[in-house]
Amino acid sequence: MRAICFLNERPSTVSIKPQKRRLKAGIAGGAALAIALTGCVESQRDGDGDAPADDVNSTFIFAASSDPSGLDPAFANDGETFRISRNIFEGLVGVEPGGADPAPLLATEWEASEDGTSYTFQLQDGVTFHDGTEFNSEAVCANFERWYNWEGLPAAESMSYYYGNLFQGNRGDENALYESCSADEELVATVNLTRPFTGFIPALSLPAFAMQSPSAMEEYGADDMGGTEDAPQYSEYAEAHPSGTGPFTFDSWSPGSEVVLQANPDYWGEQGQVQEVVFRVIDDPTARRQALEAGDIDGYDLVAPADTEALESAGYNIMQRDPFTILYLGFNQQIEELADPLVREAITHAIDREALVSQVLPEGTEVASQFIPPVVNGYNDDVTTYDHDPELARDLLEQAGYADGFELDFNYPVNVSRPYMPNPEQIFTALSSQLEEVGITVNPIASEWVEYIDLMQGSPDHGIHLLGWTGDYNDTDNFIGVFFGSYSNEWGFEDDELFSALADARTLTDPDEANSVYQDINQQIAEAMPGVPLAHPAPSLAFNERVESYPASPVNDEVYNEIVLSE
Amino acid sequence: MLRTIGKRILLLIPTLFGLTVLLFLWVRALPGGPAAALLGERATPEAVERINEAYGFDRPLHEQYVTWLGRLLQGDFGNSISTRRPVLEEFANRFPATIELSVLALIIAVGIGIPLGYWAARKHGKILDHLMVGGSLLGITIPVFFLAFMLKWLFAVQLGWLPTTGRQDRGIDATHATGFYVLDGLLTGEFDAALNALTHLLLPALALSTIPLAIIVRITRASVLEVLGADYVRTGRAKGIASKIIRNRFVLRNAMLPVVTTIGLQAGLLISGAVLTETVFAFPGVGGFLATAIFARDFPVLQGFVLFIALAYAIINLLVDISYSFIDPRVRVQ
Repeated sequence: MRAICFLNERPSTVSIKPQKRRLKAGIAGGAALAIALTGCVESQRDGDGDAPADDVNSTFIFAASSDPSGLDPAFANDGETFRISRNIFEGLVGVEPGGADPAPLLATEWEASEDGTSYTFQLQDGVTFHDGTEFNSEAVCANFERWYNWEGLPAAESMSYYYGNLFQGNRGDENALYESCSADEELVATVNLTRPFTGFIPALSLPAFAMQSPSAMEEYGADDMGGTEDAPQYSEYAEAHPSGTGPFTFDSWSPGSEVVLQANPDYWGEQGQVQEVVFRVIDDPTARRQALEAGDIDGYDLVAPADTEALESAGYNIMQRDPFTILYLGFNQQIEELADPLVREAITHAIDREALVSQVLPEGTEVASQFIPPVVNGYNDDVTTYDHDPELARDLLEQAGYADGFELDFNYPVNVSRPYMPNPEQIFTALSSQLEEVGITVNPIASEWVEYIDLMQGSPDHGIHLLGWTGDYNDTDNFIGVFFGSYSNEWGFEDDELFSALADARTLTDPDEANSVYQDINQQIAEAMPGVPLAHPAPSLAFNERVESYPASPVNDEVYNEIVLSE
Repeated sequence: MLRTIGKRILLLIPTLFGLTVLLFLWVRALPGGPAAALLGERATPEAVERINEAYGFDRPLHEQYVTWLGRLLQGDFGNSISTRRPVLEEFANRFPATIELSVLALIIAVGIGIPLGYWAARKHGKILDHLMVGGSLLGITIPVFFLAFMLKWLFAVQLGWLPTTGRQDRGIDATHATGFYVLDGLLTGEFDAALNALTHLLLPALALSTIPLAIIVRITRASVLEVLGADYVRTGRAKGIASKIIRNRFVLRNAMLPVVTTIGLQAGLLISGAVLTETVFAFPGVGGFLATAIFARDFPVLQGFVLFIALAYAIINLLVDISYSFIDPRVRVQ
């Protein structure tokens, strides 16, 4: 057996003891330390951030853009559900504070077998679920067995998206990755896989694989869904009785209004200042800003770039997550002109990424050189880059036979804001003027979001287009494997060499080897120019002045016992 | 009278049946589908196909329609694709909020609109009349969501007099027996809770009432002007009937017929206006939920809600027709 703790060999992740859950920065250690370790808000207030709890209103109200889709994270794949579930549940594997690398959480350490098909987890001692039952190896196996044994409705892709996609199927599926789980000792569990899976440990940091109380799930029929196959209904458990090991317990959910959590008095880690969390549903971005200005909420996410400056100058705390996103301009090679590498190269040289980032993208955004953010394994510092050079772009177009330019469809979505694309209309405007400059006549095609997605993924009927991705967890395949793992309508090209390289990389268990292989693949992609990686936008959050620090995380692993309030 | 009502109710059946067909086709004609909405960037054709298969959206349209209609006739509106709760349950949870909001908006529109319209007609051609006509034009043309944001910015954000979102403050100890928060407060004697709910209603109701208010002002003004010039009013005056009697019995009562029709139509439209208003004020009613359902392509919710709203609209119009007979005896005779 050899130890594999993390994909990235960062010294800070080699520790065996987990931080006392998420409070290692520690309120007691002072706000300065918290800021340094967790990427906290730079408070504009003077004074000490760790005010005594009795002087502080310990209710933290955060505006959510929608209701959660349910309270059982195993059946979710959306950010608003995970925002809540991260406070109620914990997984075996967590995420480094302020980073994206896997870190110990309910498992204090783990070991992988030589062949990468067996993982043994040492579990945290003294942890109980919210229903009072103990967290131990049997509970771990009960969770894995639950996922594996789903059939019918719970196994449908619309329900258990992450398990289905990452574990490749349930009991009876030939491709199923999971084989078995054994409770070796009270606090030692072994999970066996049918084949190696490079992303296994990082994948376990996803909220969908959080540990849930087996007894609560049984009592409230977690998998007993009502309705029919074409109209499933959540179980009683997913509606009102979620039971995890996290620092907050579920209190109430008023659909359309709010979800309320209370501090877990029996939490195994440190509880922190916040005693009550309210997720208030406000789906309109302007309404969220007004609610903050009126003092009705403490903070909200995905602040529009146009609002950040005004809010900051009005004294609100604005902070950016470290980017874990990619925004790109995609080429559909089913379009005759775009199938020509000279044209693709010309467009790549026509784009001024620096100008785009400085003009229309939020502060903290980084210019992209490849389709993965710099923190992800396999990032290639020496990848081929294409500088902004309109003159060269025009020459290349001439060589391709388009000396007088040509007309090109440019698809972009409207009335939508994604973490990687806060303002598609402005991004489109900036890019189209750059393309016009080299003689390409842009034919704008705007679509509402769902129609846009359907147009990009469901048909070849589109031209160059704006799209991107927010990483679910720190795994290279979760970015480039999604984009270029096989033929898709979006990109419209066949490249068997690239497809098979990505398929092979997925099975590598040695982090060094995987890093090197993915660096080569990133170079391969850069040379093929399937699109222009534009930027890694940093999603912004806004808070009122009393929020001294907030555990911003590039992968949204934000747990509110780490929040420091001053009033 | 009862026979007329019976006939109208019978007429509703084919109307609603036709509506179910139109609705079913309309929601499926929307570009993109529930699978694309559920999966977002992950909506590969294979994933979309699997979800469509699971939900039965890959079956022929007529099959899907018959299945839906069969369940509908048994009172089953299906389950929301986004929230995975029964559509009826979602509707029941949110309808009281919208009704409360719409009723207050209607009270504002009628309570202010009719006197203003009447006043404008009385001052016909004078500066006040011109102001009313101009003001009502502004009321009709100003976008509801813009007005809602402006009202909120002024009264909630800048002045801090009223809340920005929701139906009731946190921390208010309130019993919610009926789901109508103001009514609940009055019934249970929790007047603080009723007042608090009312303060939450005020701004959205004001925003929602502007268009109906402006329309009611214009219709009342026009109708009163027409009646003021009628022969029977002139005859009444010539006979020396007291002006108060002429005003109340001759003018107002006769001028009310088109106004009542307008109120009926506006009451139905309030629910569609609530889509925007509720979104701006994060008000947990059916309007905001419907807006979310459109973006999520939540077919069962769209079909169920629109059908329900159509039914409500039809019933309101039936009530308006019935009210004619009380206002105008000639309708009773016919």
